[in-house]
Amino acid sequence: MSTISIPKPQKPWKATPRQRVETGGILLVSLLLAILLVAVSPLKGKLGYVGAFVVIYLIIDYAVVRFNHGKSAGVDAFFRGLVTMAIGVAVLPIISIITAVVVRGYKGLHLSLFTTDMQNAAFTDENLSAGGLKHAIIGSILIVATALVISLPIGILTAIYMTEIRGRFTRPIKFLVQSMSGVPSIVAGLFILAAVVYPLTKFYSSFEGSLALAILMIPTIARTAEEVLLLIPQDLRESGVALGGTQWRTVQQIVLPAARSGLVTALILGVARVAGETAPVVLLTGGGDGTQWNIFKGPMGTLPTYIWKAFGSGTEASISRAWTGILVLLVIVLVLFGLARFLGGRKVK
Amino acid sequence: MSSVQVSERPALPEKRQLTTKPRFSDKVFRGVVTGGGLSSLLILGMIFIFLLYQGFSILHSQGLHFITTSDWNAAVDDNNVPIPSQSHFGIAAMLIGTLVCATIAVAIAVPISVFTALFLTFYAPSSVKKIMVTLVDLMAAFPSILYGLWGFFVLMPSAVYWAKLLNKFFGWIPFFSMQAPVFDRSPFVAGVVLSIMIIPIVTSIAREIFGQTPLDRIQAAYALGSTRWGMIRAVAFPYARSGIVGGAMLGLGRAMGETVAVYTVLNIVYQINWHVLLGAGGNVASMILMKFGEATPLEIKALMAAGLILFLVTLIVNSLADVIVSKSGKSGR
Repeated sequence: MSTISIPKPQKPWKATPRQRVETGGILLVSLLLAILLVAVSPLKGKLGYVGAFVVIYLIIDYAVVRFNHGKSAGVDAFFRGLVTMAIGVAVLPIISIITAVVVRGYKGLHLSLFTTDMQNAAFTDENLSAGGLKHAIIGSILIVATALVISLPIGILTAIYMTEIRGRFTRPIKFLVQSMSGVPSIVAGLFILAAVVYPLTKFYSSFEGSLALAILMIPTIARTAEEVLLLIPQDLRESGVALGGTQWRTVQQIVLPAARSGLVTALILGVARVAGETAPVVLLTGGGDGTQWNIFKGPMGTLPTYIWKAFGSGTEASISRAWTGILVLLVIVLVLFGLARFLGGRKVK
Repeated sequence: MSSVQVSERPALPEKRQLTTKPRFSDKVFRGVVTGGGLSSLLILGMIFIFLLYQGFSILHSQGLHFITTSDWNAAVDDNNVPIPSQSHFGIAAMLIGTLVCATIAVAIAVPISVFTALFLTFYAPSSVKKIMVTLVDLMAAFPSILYGLWGFFVLMPSAVYWAKLLNKFFGWIPFFSMQAPVFDRSPFVAGVVLSIMIIPIVTSIAREIFGQTPLDRIQAAYALGSTRWGMIRAVAFPYARSGIVGGAMLGLGRAMGETVAVYTVLNIVYQINWHVLLGAGGNVASMILMKFGEATPLEIKALMAAGLILFLVTLIVNSLADVIVSKSGKSGR
């Protein structure tokens, strides 16, 4: 009687110990060779090390895999290395940006930042605890909130048109919204200047800034809201109509409540889109230094104009203030972004 | 015999009228929503009309010279009153500069973005993928002034070093040659900053299109013994080709309209400059922001006209990109 041997389940896609040793070896060898190359050749600096390592690794990896498994496997390995490197290159700036902002911005952080404005302080003051961001934060909140009040209804109506009514304008409107999202922010600012400031009001106010920001927000809100509304199952709409509801009642009582969290995501993404928008705000709000509550009258400072002015002043202290302003702005954007992610729960495709 | 009194039957309710005609409330609803939906058309139209209205006198008096010459001279008399007859406005240098910066940005960003998208779609394990997708999306949410400051203080020293290397080893290519050793604030530096700003958008479009590659074709390629790269070359690239072109154009449109980030890292000079490493470039959006503060009323009209040109150029590029992206996926069948 022969015994039947039950084969152990295999995982052929997993790296065998030998392959792991091979990969580690290639990495190590190319690292050593890179150091050697930098030492003997005129290459130097971080770029020299990274460049030498990348080139040597790709070559060795290609050669080894080709020797073991043939030509097409070698090419495959080469591009696997290249593609993995691309993600490193794409992510590097984010890390660099966040470190730069934190390292350069934290010096200016102090408690009175949120309780004082720049009315009695100069951007160039060596004492970084003089003056603060109160006016800029209040201004940013007011200006973005006003823009939101204008753009949210328009954005959501556009999305409802594209998903619920589906009239003959659906495709053109989709196209227009897409084109609108590419309107340069400075053009939005110029448009408000040409259409509102020069012919009508003749002075700067934050409301005009809000109008320009609303133009930039509408496409973001409309497109996100459209995506969300498309996810609502058609059954829900049909059951609403089958129960005798008119289309208005169906949309108002069934579709919109079902999409609520998604619509909040759209709102937050819209806010995040314009919170740091600088060019139109610099053109239109005047960028005041005092706390200003009236959105219809007089210059109002916002975070972007604060950063802009501080950067423009050009001394060490003022640039330090600019970084602190950026740090606060970045934290706000990060919080908004995290909130949108959390609420939206967007699935990674 | 008695007769039974039959009470009259109650009258039947009138038959419910069945109709597909929308009720009054729905008519209002549809009207309001259609109005809201058409607002994007209204806004785009108004931008065009008002910028044209403000800039028309300049466009009319300068004619084609407005986009073919590059001197910008707002003549004023002793009382600071502008003299239209002696003023010349031309944005050729700015337009070409915008195009140069945006082209550099696209040339750097597209390979990185396509490879990143390939990694995210076909190589990355799902845990890594989630983090990376979030990071790349986060990059798109950073405000442009942040890129501007970071570009000026952090990136520029490195970018200048790269520019020097390029000049040293590729100086024989006309674009990379230099007449004067001024590497700061060049179109190249601006292009690098812009490329980082458009990586997220190009990546997300490329990722979306790679993600739609038909699974049966991918599996067919593997079943025929293809390696992963072989599959990408034979299946994913042909399928996604036009989508990637569209994504690149969308990135180009974004890069052309960017204002603040370019303003901080580009030295604006009113002269057409093809030497991308030299610290002198042009950019329509940044010029508008720079000139606006001290502009005379006549100059403001010229700036409006420049804004109109920028608006039209970006609109055309974006629309073209949109058409290409929405048609993608039909190739390679």
